Amino acid sequence: FMQRGLDSQTKKQLEEEEKKIISEEHWYLDVPDLKEKESCIIEERSFLQCEDLVYGRMSFKGFNPEIEKLMIKINSKCKEEEIEEDDKMEADVSDEEMARRYETLVGTIGKKFLRKRDQRVLKDDDEDDEVEEGNSNTRPSKRAKKMFLKPQD
Amino acid sequence: MAAERGTAAEALVGQVVLPGDLLLLPAHYDEDAEGERLRLSAGTAPQGRLLCGPGLRRSGAGLLVTKCGLLRHRPAGGGAYWVDSQQKRYVPVKGDHVIGIVTAKAGDVFRLDVGGSEPASLSYLAFEGATKRNRPNVQVGDLIYGQFVVANKDMEPEMVCIDSSGKSNGMGIIGQDGFLFKVSLGLIRKLLAPKCEIIQELSQLYPFELVLGMNGRIWVKAKTVQQTLIIVNILEACEYMTPQQRKQALAKLSGN
Repeated sequence: FMQRGLDSQTKKQLEEEEKKIISEEHWYLDVPDLKEKESCIIEERSFLQCEDLVYGRMSFKGFNPEIEKLMIKINSKCKEEEIEEDDKMEADVSDEEMARRYETLVGTIGKKFLRKRDQRVLKDDDEDDEVEEGNSNTRPSKRAKKMFLKPQD
Repeated sequence: MAAERGTAAEALVGQVVLPGDLLLLPAHYDEDAEGERLRLSAGTAPQGRLLCGPGLRRSGAGLLVTKCGLLRHRPAGGGAYWVDSQQKRYVPVKGDHVIGIVTAKAGDVFRLDVGGSEPASLSYLAFEGATKRNRPNVQVGDLIYGQFVVANKDMEPEMVCIDSSGKSNGMGIIGQDGFLFKVSLGLIRKLLAPKCEIIQELSQLYPFELVLGMNGRIWVKAKTVQQTLIIVNILEACEYMTPQQRKQALAKLSGN
């Protein structure tokens, strides 16, 4: 107990005594530390891990089509581990055709996302020869970017 | 208790072992790693841990055999040893797929008989697509194909009909009709082996559906009652027939 008027010395002595009592009461093992051995053996009560057993639900000759589909799925999962090389499937479309398609594709999809004004520019570029007047009217107005016109007064 | 000197595990693979035999394992599984971190592995030291399967128990110096049977070994994936024993009585094991018969509905939980010492419990939420409002239609006497999620000697076994991702994967209520019968556990494991000849030969006969439970129960369904019974008789008898006898029997049937 910390009483008023106790000298610091007596206080210290009291604390030390308390500590001694506490530490003596602590239990500790007298046995040398057992080393934790990392075991390399796992115990297992299931046959499923030891043997390679098939799934228990089966159907033959189309009796139950859903289970036959399941069987194919499960067997293909097992076979995937074996057959890792035959991944390339024969392509329906040849590479050259694909490249050609892509060239035009980028253009058409790109057009879709242009804003209306830009679309008109594209159209004008295409129809160069036809309407010249329209071109000459719209082009300068296009080129002069729309700036903010300060109101006069 | 006299200390028995064990024999090397590799020497007994494929032979009959009896309970009490001690199997010694090769040096790289030894647990005295006190200073010998550098293992001069001349041979192929398998990486990973050794699997000690059913019928074996780990004891200080090696593996102790607890069931009589043939010792099997699988060298792949760290190696595994187990005892191939024969028994009729099933003991629930976690992860096994079994066929259970519903015996009672107790509130939210079904009690299933799986052939073990206790009835297993199956919650109604453990089916694919089941919610509190949408309950599965399970009656007393139905057959259910599910797997164990909890199965040890201290607790009542619990089953579920979905796998870890929530898909039913073929588990659940087994349909109407069909025939359920019981065989020994060794035959089930033989039938479930990959590329089992018996199953392949049977599949050439008639279209039929088959569910094998690890608890010794088999459910068969074919188009007519007669075909179903023929398949049942063959499966029951093929445990003790030699391959030649089996082929003779099947030839007679497909001739008829």
